[in-house]
Amino acid sequence: MSSAALAVAVTTFLASAVEGIEMVAIVAGVGVTRGWRAAIAGAAGGLVVLAVLVAVFGLALTAIPIGILRLVVGALLLIVGLNWLRKGIRRLAAQGLRGAGPGDPGPTEEEEVPRDRRDWTGFVLAFKGVLLEGLEVAFIVVTFGGTSNQLGVAVVAAIGALVLVAAFGLAIQPLVRRIPRSALQLAVGLLLTTFGTFWAVEGVGVDWPGSDAAIVGLLGLYVVVAAGYLAVERAGWLPRTAAGAASG
Amino acid sequence: MASPHSCRRGVGLMISAIAAFGRFWYRFIVGDDWSIAIAVLVGLGLTYALRRRASVAWWLMPAVVVVVLGVSLYRGRLNRTGSGRL
Repeated sequence: MSSAALAVAVTTFLASAVEGIEMVAIVAGVGVTRGWRAAIAGAAGGLVVLAVLVAVFGLALTAIPIGILRLVVGALLLIVGLNWLRKGIRRLAAQGLRGAGPGDPGPTEEEEVPRDRRDWTGFVLAFKGVLLEGLEVAFIVVTFGGTSNQLGVAVVAAIGALVLVAAFGLAIQPLVRRIPRSALQLAVGLLLTTFGTFWAVEGVGVDWPGSDAAIVGLLGLYVVVAAGYLAVERAGWLPRTAAGAASG
Repeated sequence: MASPHSCRRGVGLMISAIAAFGRFWYRFIVGDDWSIAIAVLVGLGLTYALRRRASVAWWLMPAVVVVVLGVSLYRGRLNRTGSGRL
């Protein structure tokens, strides 16, 4: 392998792995909180649309307005993520890590996972995550591979990175299943809020300091803030109404 | 040729499908606290405005997220009824 091809392979592999981690984090988060059937169906749907886009556009893929896609998907993920984060904080403050028990009021209407029909919420979340991240991987392949005339090497490196990240996600899945639902809801809320903020802000044309590394910074900030609000909720420092106090 | 009865049934089915589609997206996007969706849209608008003025704009949305999460938790605590719903 020439040094130019090696450089393309390493760059594409690493960049695709970063996008793959984001993709797997969203699908795994949706899988453990909403159910794997909807998450896998959404991910598969996203991959099919992605494959059609790649087949139709090919090297002209960069013509797709990724900024608008990032803005729409990011804003939706941010709103959904903030709702989950809020519910996760309240649940964890009220029940700790006990999970479902006699005092658990159960899921609200919009977060209940339907058993007799398709869970569209889980499907849409996984679909959007896979489609957007998959498109970014395709852009990376086209940019690095196409411009250096090493498209085959770039495709192999990107697929290798995605398979490796997906295998890692599959391997740690039994560990994730043991985490209580309240903590999972908070964790997935944190992830969706982080990616949502990152993509939506990129979508309006603003660059993050440190590029993709800003995701780690955002996640760290939101973890600290969520921990702070959780402590406040648990201590009962926030004002309560008489009815709220009576309900415990 | 379709009878008027089957036509009405078809229109009714279509309307209920559109209503269900709208309900899904409303619940999916707005959830049970509309202020979050509004704050995110306003925050993104302000971020775009800051960018147009060539100011540093990346910090605004994280700040909006921190504030709106606190406000939403505060509102939830105030509005919580005796049902104990979380």
